[in-house]
Amino acid sequence: MTISFQLNGTAHRLDVEPSTPLLYVLREELGLHGAKYGCGLGQCGACTVQLDGKAVFSCVTPVAAVEGRTVRTVEGFGTPDRMSPLQRAFAQEQAAQCGYCIAGMIMRAQALLDEKPKPTEAEIRTHMQPNLCRCGTHMRILRAIRLASGAAA
Amino acid sequence: MSAQMNRRQILAGGGLVVAFSLAGSALAQLAGGGEGGGGPPVERPDLPGSLKSTPELDAWIRIAPDGGTTVFSGKAELGQGIRTALLQVAAEELDLRPGQITFVTADTARTPDEGLTAGSHSLQDGGTAIANAAANVRKLLTDAAGKRWNLPPERLATSGDGHVVAPDGSKLAYGYLASTISLHVEAVANAPRRNPAQYRTLGHDLPRVDIPAKLTGGEAYVQDLRLPGMVHARVVRGPSYGTKLANAHLATAADMPGVLKVVQNGLFAAVVAQKEWQAIEAMRVAQASDYIRTIDVLPVEDGRRRLQSLPSREIIVLDTHDPSRKDVRTIKSAYSRPWYSHGSIGPSCAVALFRDGVLTIWSHSQGIFDMHRATAELVGLPPEKVRVIHTPSAGCYGQNGADDVTAEAALIAMELPGKPVRLQWMREQEFGWEPLGCAMMTEVEASLGADRRISHWKYRVWSNSHNNRPVRAGGYAVAQEIAKGFPMQEASPIPMPEGDGDRNANPLYDFPNMDVRYHFVPSMPLRVSALRSLGAHLNIFSLESMLDELAHVAGADPLEFRLAHMRDERARAVMQAATDAFGWSHRKRGDGRIGCGMAFARYKNIGAYCAVAMEIEVERETGAITVHRVNVAVDAGQPVSPDGIRNQVEGGVLQSLSWAIHEEVTFDESKRTSFDWGSYPILRFDQVPESVSVEVMKRPGLPFLGAGETAQGPTSAALANAIADATGVRLRDMPLTPAKLKAAIGVTG
Repeated sequence: MTISFQLNGTAHRLDVEPSTPLLYVLREELGLHGAKYGCGLGQCGACTVQLDGKAVFSCVTPVAAVEGRTVRTVEGFGTPDRMSPLQRAFAQEQAAQCGYCIAGMIMRAQALLDEKPKPTEAEIRTHMQPNLCRCGTHMRILRAIRLASGAAA
Repeated sequence: MSAQMNRRQILAGGGLVVAFSLAGSALAQLAGGGEGGGGPPVERPDLPGSLKSTPELDAWIRIAPDGGTTVFSGKAELGQGIRTALLQVAAEELDLRPGQITFVTADTARTPDEGLTAGSHSLQDGGTAIANAAANVRKLLTDAAGKRWNLPPERLATSGDGHVVAPDGSKLAYGYLASTISLHVEAVANAPRRNPAQYRTLGHDLPRVDIPAKLTGGEAYVQDLRLPGMVHARVVRGPSYGTKLANAHLATAADMPGVLKVVQNGLFAAVVAQKEWQAIEAMRVAQASDYIRTIDVLPVEDGRRRLQSLPSREIIVLDTHDPSRKDVRTIKSAYSRPWYSHGSIGPSCAVALFRDGVLTIWSHSQGIFDMHRATAELVGLPPEKVRVIHTPSAGCYGQNGADDVTAEAALIAMELPGKPVRLQWMREQEFGWEPLGCAMMTEVEASLGADRRISHWKYRVWSNSHNNRPVRAGGYAVAQEIAKGFPMQEASPIPMPEGDGDRNANPLYDFPNMDVRYHFVPSMPLRVSALRSLGAHLNIFSLESMLDELAHVAGADPLEFRLAHMRDERARAVMQAATDAFGWSHRKRGDGRIGCGMAFARYKNIGAYCAVAMEIEVERETGAITVHRVNVAVDAGQPVSPDGIRNQVEGGVLQSLSWAIHEEVTFDESKRTSFDWGSYPILRFDQVPESVSVEVMKRPGLPFLGAGETAQGPTSAALANAIADATGVRLRDMPLTPAKLKAAIGVTG
């Protein structure tokens, strides 16, 4: 089955099995690394991408569901030389240890900032609730999101 | 090789043979990473850190004629930032800019064998080796320049960018100087180190070199490796360790789209497909079967208490006597922790390629040098035909599935010569099959004298070995599944001063009449191995909880009570620093809801010092715990990267809170029942403290002290102490869940 969607500003047409989770299409067919396999159950957020501006779990989103829609991954935000403001805030706060969860954290946080540029602390914590970090980098992740929102980190 | 020959020739002909034999097992243990790995033999016990086992300078540092400098480390980046910290050490002592150095880590074909990357040893052993190797190289380069200019080396300096400088301002480049000398020489023990007052890189916050790729979707992990022609594998097995499938549907799976091969070897089975999702779908079809328990049923009735009824070997840790100290009041308490999962966010993954008789493995194991030997034995190749390249993954925090998944990828790759095979465990396989962190039990009986000081300390700890890392093929779970299998590697304790179940069971405090014993339990009710801080977590929890219980009986302030028993000035300093920053003297007093607690430990009594103070609030109606604020002080010797230490310690605090409040592996008689994040919840954003503040003590020029695990014990203990302060209820069995707290408040309230 042919699926068409926008990915990071570019139109893609792919011939893929429609039940394949978006995660595997992004990683294997399109060669991206940002979205990670963490649980395959939508419980950890390592696979988080944006679908029409909302944070979704790509591990439980069948690729058929993105037909005609817009997908963004962390690769669409910036590169090491030209980071997005949120990526720069994560770098400034050194908000990563192993970093396996971080692309998903950035995707979810950006969805909040796009909708509400100056969220409160409680709104940030509630919004980030679905994403797990095992290294305990939470305090820095929160600081980075506050920094990117223009609040004092 | 020739350097080793030289070494042996020197040993054979020289007077160092005695020194060599005196090095003994303790040094070999240290060389193995201090955590029970095989470890390379000690060749030069007089040298610092890992130079003991690899004394040749060019094993660590090479400088090309154009000045290109490469530094080699046997330590691996696990997400702890060690690559950046070691680069800072190398840059400082070579007196180069970090950007001028190419840094190569943990590769059995390229780097020194430094044993495991574990036990907070990387800076103590690896960092010390690189610092001294670099100081040696800088000295040789400076000496070479002195000869060239006919000037004494004391009058020369280095420029910070790869030149030796004469008093008249003349310069000679490192590349040129290196071409006039050989670095294929052994280190000397006393090469002059740079003056801490003039450090350009060490002690400064160099942004971590691995972070930009992690923020932008770069190829950062073994999970991201894509080799030409790579295929995807999944293992087909029962729900958890100690089970097998009754009727795996392998033939059906073999006919599914994209499936290239079904590997079957004894009880071990795997599917290999062109694409990853095809492999997962085939695995699911193959696994749609009932399962059979293959070993003893799990201890549902008595849980962690099973450890006390199993046969054990008693190890005497401390036995001191001072009959002049009399007991007036004695109290007893028992503490415990459950089996924990490492809970890596990324399930374990490896890539293996068997081509032209050589097996190459990309693995996130902490022990690639042991793996080199153990995997060779498993697949039946000579070790020289196996190469292991460490490749980062999600944090492991000890022995998760990394070693097992690599061994399995290697077995599959041997069946598909020429094809790179990528194997990743599923989330439920990681929870079901990884070695867990050990459950443990402790019992303490302590007395106060008439002076309200501790007069007697009797301590017992029961634990399995925290040291089941594979050093032979039998250390892998799959070794007991394959047709031509290997017997399970025998469990053994790690001797003190590192210890495993008894790690930090030896109080740093000044107690008389100490009777401390470790009941080492060889047989494992659940499969276990190393989890960050090993036994130190429960031993510090027990000691520091009991200190508060004793202080309460003595009517003493917890801080004053600790200081009254502590002579070590650096220990006193971190306790003072953390509590000063916290405002301990004017803290809120326990009022039924809000309370404060503190705790201290020096990790292993030889690593970093750490003191933690925290304020919490308990919702009495539900038992829910909110951590308001945490202050930590850490003394890691000369800090290499203060922010790197803060990052590690903040993480340790949050992970320890997660262990202490939320986590426990559950099981029924036949299998583990923690198999996802719903059945094994960990700390989420709404449960993290309002603030965590870490102060890194300034200790210029003092030896590095590993800090990666130092917060685990004190944080859990400070939490229990804060709960007791807030509610008057002492919880002793982790996890300290809201349900337990609510029930305990109800009983007492």
